[in-house]
Amino acid sequence: MSEPTSTQQTPRRGVSARDVIQRVIAPESTTWNTVLIVALAFFTALVLSAIFIVGSDPNVIQAPDLPTGLNVAWLDISGAYGGLLSGALGNPSTFLSKVGSGNAKTVASAFYPLSETLVAAAPLVFTGLSVALGFRAGLFNIGGEGQVIAGGLAAGFVGFSLHGLTGFVELPLALLAGFVAGAFWGFVPGLLKSRTGAHEVITTIMLNYVAIYLTYYFLSTKVFQRPGRSDPISKIVDSAASLPSLEGVNLRVHAGVILAVLVAIAVYFLLWRTTLGFEFRAVGANPDASRAAGIGVGRVVVLAMSLAGGLAGLAGANIILGVNYSVSPGFSSSLGFDGITVALLGRGNPAGVVAAALLFGGLRAGAVQMQAATSTPVDLVQVIEALVIMFVAAPTLVREIYHIRAQRGVGAPAVSTGWGS
Amino acid sequence: MVEPGEVHVLLGENGAGKSTLMNILYGLYHPDEGEILVNGKPVKFDSPSDAIAMGIGMVHQHFMLIPVFTVAENVTLGLELTRPLGFLDRRRARKEVDQLGREFGLPVDPDALVETLSVGAQQRVEIVKALYRRAGVLILDEPTAVLTPQETDELLGVMGSLKRAGRSLVFITHKLKEAMQVADRITVLRGGRVVGSTLPGESTEAELAAMMVGRAIRLGVDRPPSKPGAVVLDVEGLTVRNAHGQVAVDDLSFQVRAGEIVTVAGVQGNGQTELIRAIMGLDQVSSGRITAAGRDVTTSSPRETLASGVGHVPEDRVRDGLVGDLSVAENLVLDMYYMPPFARGPMLQPDEIQRSALQRIKEYDIRTPSPQTSVGTLSGGNQQRVIVAREFSRPVSLMIAAQPTRGLDVGSIEYIHERIVQLRDQGDAVLIVSSDLDEVFALGDRIAVMFQGRMEGPFESDAYTREQVGLMMAGSSLEAAPAKGGGDSA
Amino acid sequence: MSVAAGVTGAVTLAVTRAEVIRRRTLGVFFLLVAAAIAVLFGLDVPGTTRADFVLNLASAQAISVPDLVVPVQTTAFLLAAVSAFLGAVQVVRGFGRWSNVVLALVIGLFIFSFLAWAARDTSLSLVGMLQGTVVRATPLTLGAFSGLLCERSGVINVAIEGQMLMGAFVAAMVTSATSSAALGMLAGMLAGGLIGLILAVFAIRYLVDQIIVGVVLDLFCLGLTGFLYDRLMVPFQATLNSAAVVRPLAIPLLSKIPILGPILFDQNVFVYLLLILLAAIQVALFQTRWGLRVRAVGEQPRAADTAGINVLRTRYINVLLGGLVAGLAGSFFTIGAVGQFTKNMTSGRGFISLAAMISGGWTPIGSFGASLVFGFADALQNFLSVLNVPISSYFLLMAPYIATILVVAGVVGRVRPPANDGKPYVKQ
Repeated sequence: MSEPTSTQQTPRRGVSARDVIQRVIAPESTTWNTVLIVALAFFTALVLSAIFIVGSDPNVIQAPDLPTGLNVAWLDISGAYGGLLSGALGNPSTFLSKVGSGNAKTVASAFYPLSETLVAAAPLVFTGLSVALGFRAGLFNIGGEGQVIAGGLAAGFVGFSLHGLTGFVELPLALLAGFVAGAFWGFVPGLLKSRTGAHEVITTIMLNYVAIYLTYYFLSTKVFQRPGRSDPISKIVDSAASLPSLEGVNLRVHAGVILAVLVAIAVYFLLWRTTLGFEFRAVGANPDASRAAGIGVGRVVVLAMSLAGGLAGLAGANIILGVNYSVSPGFSSSLGFDGITVALLGRGNPAGVVAAALLFGGLRAGAVQMQAATSTPVDLVQVIEALVIMFVAAPTLVREIYHIRAQRGVGAPAVSTGWGS
Repeated sequence: MVEPGEVHVLLGENGAGKSTLMNILYGLYHPDEGEILVNGKPVKFDSPSDAIAMGIGMVHQHFMLIPVFTVAENVTLGLELTRPLGFLDRRRARKEVDQLGREFGLPVDPDALVETLSVGAQQRVEIVKALYRRAGVLILDEPTAVLTPQETDELLGVMGSLKRAGRSLVFITHKLKEAMQVADRITVLRGGRVVGSTLPGESTEAELAAMMVGRAIRLGVDRPPSKPGAVVLDVEGLTVRNAHGQVAVDDLSFQVRAGEIVTVAGVQGNGQTELIRAIMGLDQVSSGRITAAGRDVTTSSPRETLASGVGHVPEDRVRDGLVGDLSVAENLVLDMYYMPPFARGPMLQPDEIQRSALQRIKEYDIRTPSPQTSVGTLSGGNQQRVIVAREFSRPVSLMIAAQPTRGLDVGSIEYIHERIVQLRDQGDAVLIVSSDLDEVFALGDRIAVMFQGRMEGPFESDAYTREQVGLMMAGSSLEAAPAKGGGDSA
Repeated sequence: MSVAAGVTGAVTLAVTRAEVIRRRTLGVFFLLVAAAIAVLFGLDVPGTTRADFVLNLASAQAISVPDLVVPVQTTAFLLAAVSAFLGAVQVVRGFGRWSNVVLALVIGLFIFSFLAWAARDTSLSLVGMLQGTVVRATPLTLGAFSGLLCERSGVINVAIEGQMLMGAFVAAMVTSATSSAALGMLAGMLAGGLIGLILAVFAIRYLVDQIIVGVVLDLFCLGLTGFLYDRLMVPFQATLNSAAVVRPLAIPLLSKIPILGPILFDQNVFVYLLLILLAAIQVALFQTRWGLRVRAVGEQPRAADTAGINVLRTRYINVLLGGLVAGLAGSFFTIGAVGQFTKNMTSGRGFISLAAMISGGWTPIGSFGASLVFGFADALQNFLSVLNVPISSYFLLMAPYIATILVVAGVVGRVRPPANDGKPYVKQ
């Protein structure tokens, strides 16, 4: 049978979620073009969200006349987005006056919004890296949530169990526990995929729910539950196991931020400077050719899922050891899912992930401020994030909206996937 | 231009534009310019249904059948026979399909699932499907590529009866003999242009061949006779089952020696793919033993086999040979990235990878903008050169290449053939699997034929003529006496 | 198509190695179930202990039947013996195409002996539990229908969860505002359909990876319904989030059938819609021209295209239909069950629907069967307080999710998805 000419140019494969992922993280598109698309996607998402804000305000709908209505609408939007911005970065004039005050605590308080942004961004870096690493290996890790929970539970357990040792022992042990537990939560779907072909999208989602109920179970046991409490909350993490922070000046920013950057660098190194990273990328892009070239595909799948799980586990450890200091239900607060958006926006590159995490961390931090100031619900941020990703994933749509001419090689039709069986 | 009741042959090499032209006629692709005339009127086909409506039917090179549907469902799809409310009238469909098959001598079982049919039977279904659509013009795209010689003869017979029934046929092929056998008129294509039109009686095969290729073909590669040495590949009693659990390779035994090329001929799907995959450790061996480069590799992993000194040019280069999204440089070390000098311990050595890539690109004349270009964006010929460059520059004692030149331009074919002979002259053992008889004879010091999982030979390349080898590819044995009932696996 | 089949003759449907392995695995699984039944539910129970299964519902109209009183230990040993026998047969020769039916039977035996054990020395309303099972299975089944309508045409719908949330939210709001459940249901369906349309446009027109769009749409719907809930439903609780729940509607005569009547025919309109859709989709998919074409598009879009079928239009329509059905499933959560919307109230049931569809082999009947198993695990927790179960309820809450993992890991055997499921179709 002679070969159809089309396959000589465009490789067609039937493998899971990877072709379009490869396109989303495609290296060919220029940085400038990427930035433009992301900026326009962000702008469009803000415009659409503004419509939701205005449309859900009864004062606008019931306004007596159009000017009043427009005025209320404007106040709604500017209030919400203004709150978002000042919550994420701070208000320039207050910032300057605080910095000028000369009092150490007041100066520090000028940095409060930035500190909050960094605190929110750090776990997103970990879960973003987790999903990005999976993408590179052709795996779609939707199990970040469960891995975060597993990591947080384990880190919390070690954190409140250890006493009287130095921070140089307790903290690394607690972090390691978080990594290992998360890795286990990723190892299971990895093993199931390599052995039985069970699609990781389904298995990881299911493990999320298992982790949630496991949290409730543990928090109902004597080992975890704080003495004297009837609600599900754990004992408090030993201070030597906590991530050091600037608590002295009332800032929540902690060493987990630095750890996040270091881990991002490590992941970059792993992917592009080691033989294991080479295997991840090769298997992710074409498992058949990788196998023919002697790479153990099953082993790579298991390793990649475990590492991805471990990274998400670090996010959980980061929350418990750096922010909450105890385990309670819901501490993962959709970090795992936000990791998907961070990874997609960051195009699967560690540097991009860090940038995207800062952006979404800012949104998260700002949202708290926004809700406090204007009672616009924090859920708005999730809407904005989802919209940004939709547009970034469909650059053709953004180009159509803004009449930008397509570049060569970008937005070419890509061929996806299936349940991978 | 096709007249009613004639067989018009479109002759051309791979990539000459035959299939593209026909896909445009069938409304699958859209022409950039120019027009199509049917019965003297210009027509525009936006989709296959337009073409169907104009009475054009097509039998695609890759069958357009749905494996999990029955024959009747496949034939009637799009023009289903229904009862009120859109319910399928299965009984009538079955009857009509059966009748249609009988009428044109194309026996098909309307209730059989297509995935359970042989390739030849599937092709009959495709033809019945076109006839069901009342096709006046029937386009057959490389229909004989997947058939045994007997099945080919049957098909040519069917074409004759269709012609007599007043149907016009367009027969796309690159096989001269078949063209001469059935054509009423022959048009030769090259590089997307018509280079000539003739009647079968007016041109010789050689003339047509020259027209197709554009220059005189060099038959064979200049090479000194082989000097076989020690046995490098030893296959004993090998049996392999395919994904469906059927025996694909049936109790095979043969040897390849250092300094010789053994070519394995055969129609695709007779176990060659599974044989190679088993040797490389990609498929499991049911029974038997494989010794390669002095090691028992029967149960080895692909990496162990590769590392013991076996080079492998896979049959499906896009699927198995390259990682399209990785760079040319990375693909050039796809099976060596973990070894010095490309890695030190767990760390890659990018400078070393880059240096060696530049060297290979030059040495093997790979046309790429840079070593960092994604290999998937290169042309088929250049992709194959990347694989050849990778495998041929590894220190191996056994080289295995499956369909090494399929779908490539003439220049690349000659280049790769020369490289293969060079390898042999360096003292390597070479095993080539090819369904192209020209290649089999051009390269083989010894030639074997596979049919239904069994092998004839290998024997010296001058022991049999091309015709005899062709017969063996169709399953007749020259070794066994007729009284013994033949040596095939039936 | 790629032709890997042999050159001559019809390919006999040989027993593959994978099938043999699965046959044995399944057999061993049955034997393990048998052992579990005997050990867990039989061994430690005194021989005189009985369980009382109540087969009537006080509220129901069905003709009353006497309670079913069973000896717990004898039941366990008997059912263990049956499972062991089935396991032995499975190991030795297998049940062929009936093996999934036998699997369902064995799971049923396990569940029944568990119930007998859990209800030892007490009484359990078996009919009440089965009725609860059907209620819990309803949104799952509808969600699975949504999934299979999309996937049969070759588009993966992971957005079911989001479509359900939107349906739940909009149905609650519209029903509260208009006091019309019918309008609420319609609006809920349209909301799901709208998300389906977005999925279709991104997947079919912009060729974005279908799983990615689906997941992002889930996040979008979660965020949007959460946002609008805080913004509209919390302040205007009385007018926008207090829908009347659709009342059960007993079907004359059918609801009088003992046992079956209260389980199937004394339910609300969602259950009846489910039964109607079950029959309709099953027939339409496999007996009509529409179904043949949809399946052709999902299997080999190019073949369908060459046969003159409009591939993209078929996919748009089916994804839209799927969205409507998922919206209906979502409406059930509010106006079919509790009357009020709460944030993230579907809690992953859209994903369980997908698992039900996969284990149901992409067929309506199979999806319904699988959903019933998940629905049972879900319904069980409501009865825990009356039962003698010494394990943490949290583990029972995990059960449906763990069951799903086992299912996709192949306990139910590899079912073939539509060949081009998830692959965008690009005309050359």
